[in-house]
Amino acid sequence: MISVLTNNWSTLLTGFGNTLLSSVIALVFSLVIGSAFAIMETVPSKVARVIAHTYIEIFRNIPLLVITMFFYVVIPQYVAPMTGFAAGTVGLTLYTSSFIAETVRAGIQAVDIGQMEGARSNGMTYWQAMRYIILPQAFRLVIPPLGNQFINLIKNSSVLAFVAGFDLMYQGDALASATFDTFNTYLVVGVFYLVLTLPLSYYMRHLEKKLV
Amino acid sequence: MSKWFKKVLIAVVPLFLLTVLAACGQKQTDNVYQRTKSAKKIVWGVKADTRLFGLMNVKNGDIEGFDVDLAKAITKQMYGKDAQAEFIQTTAKTKVPLLKNGNIDAVAAAMTITDKRKKIIDYTQPYFGAGQSLLVKKGSPIKAVRDLNKAGTKVMAVKGTTAVDNIHKFAPKAKVLELDDYAQSFTALKSGQGVAMTTDNGILYGIAKENPDYEVVGGTFTNEPYGLAVDKGQTEMRAHIDKALDQLQANGTYSRLVEKWFGGIPGFDVKEVEQP
Repeated sequence: MISVLTNNWSTLLTGFGNTLLSSVIALVFSLVIGSAFAIMETVPSKVARVIAHTYIEIFRNIPLLVITMFFYVVIPQYVAPMTGFAAGTVGLTLYTSSFIAETVRAGIQAVDIGQMEGARSNGMTYWQAMRYIILPQAFRLVIPPLGNQFINLIKNSSVLAFVAGFDLMYQGDALASATFDTFNTYLVVGVFYLVLTLPLSYYMRHLEKKLV
Repeated sequence: MSKWFKKVLIAVVPLFLLTVLAACGQKQTDNVYQRTKSAKKIVWGVKADTRLFGLMNVKNGDIEGFDVDLAKAITKQMYGKDAQAEFIQTTAKTKVPLLKNGNIDAVAAAMTITDKRKKIIDYTQPYFGAGQSLLVKKGSPIKAVRDLNKAGTKVMAVKGTTAVDNIHKFAPKAKVLELDDYAQSFTALKSGQGVAMTTDNGILYGIAKENPDYEVVGGTFTNEPYGLAVDKGQTEMRAHIDKALDQLQANGTYSRLVEKWFGGIPGFDVKEVEQP
């Protein structure tokens, strides 16, 4: 197991870096997009609700691999060139954002209706009330489930391996088939994923204790 | 328990479990020849995504191809007319692990004999003489492997094949995109992820035959003798497969199968194939 590490240090590190990069990009964008659709799902406008609902149901109910293959194979043929890394990261972002939207929506709706009524009767507009009263409370409520989504996102980033995205799993696959030491290679790859997910897991737990 | 102790424990226990798992990596060996002889059945690992060698027929679910027919003939030659050949789908990435863990008894999957692979599995005599070539869209500026040797050139290959190492050697500046199987590789070529797809000529001709917009260019730039493979140390099994191959070559079955699958492929030299 140690020899797999020492012999292929740079390959594994490249993979680790790409996994980290893809995860961070997807995390930031899926959080932004997901929150936007969550707010859209709770606003009074019916059109906005329908749009948000459609988006969420589409990307939540199609397998991540299918979304990714779509961006890897179909988009380059008809729209614009797209590398495996980009296709994987976009797929990951859209897929995760739909789950984050549902999570955040639950948080917004869990905030007592009196909070909104109170804010409005104190002269705040709907958006001011959302921004300063509702959302801060909502996010505090959804930190534990959001942590789950982030961990899932990192693990799901292994989808890049199928579209030559040069991530950790891709490098692991390449190493395993070049050295035939499948067992130890995948073991090392597993440990590398733990290095990413365990600290995140602990940090989310810490955040939960501090805020809730 | 103190808080710290708990934290340490949570961190250490998974690592400990991993080490235990690692220790379970060894397995016992059995005699594949004796087992398959008494069962009158050989489980072969074959390709299912490769036209001419092993391709799943979507209508009836059977895998068809030269490797499949040869494996059937060898099985019957070894254990008699009523012997059974069972086929399990493998990819370049999975065939060695499946052979090692005993899920398949032997491999007949367009597999090149290499020194690196010989260290962990045993090969029979070569049964097919292939060579690596390139598949490109018709009218592509790529005419030979040297045209690939430019920074920024992307070439599709399949994970775990000799083609990956060969491109690193013949066109070191090209970037190799390793995909899971031939179908995916070709899909990536079609969607423009790279300028060429590379693997052995026989496989590429199979794809070009079904996709007239694509052609095989540049001839072959390596020698890829295919061998049937068994797990390391299964010398009895290997000797018997070798013997069956000799008999099939002597009685003309082998040539008939080569002619059946490769006779009608333009640009493909059947003579070259039969003398690996």
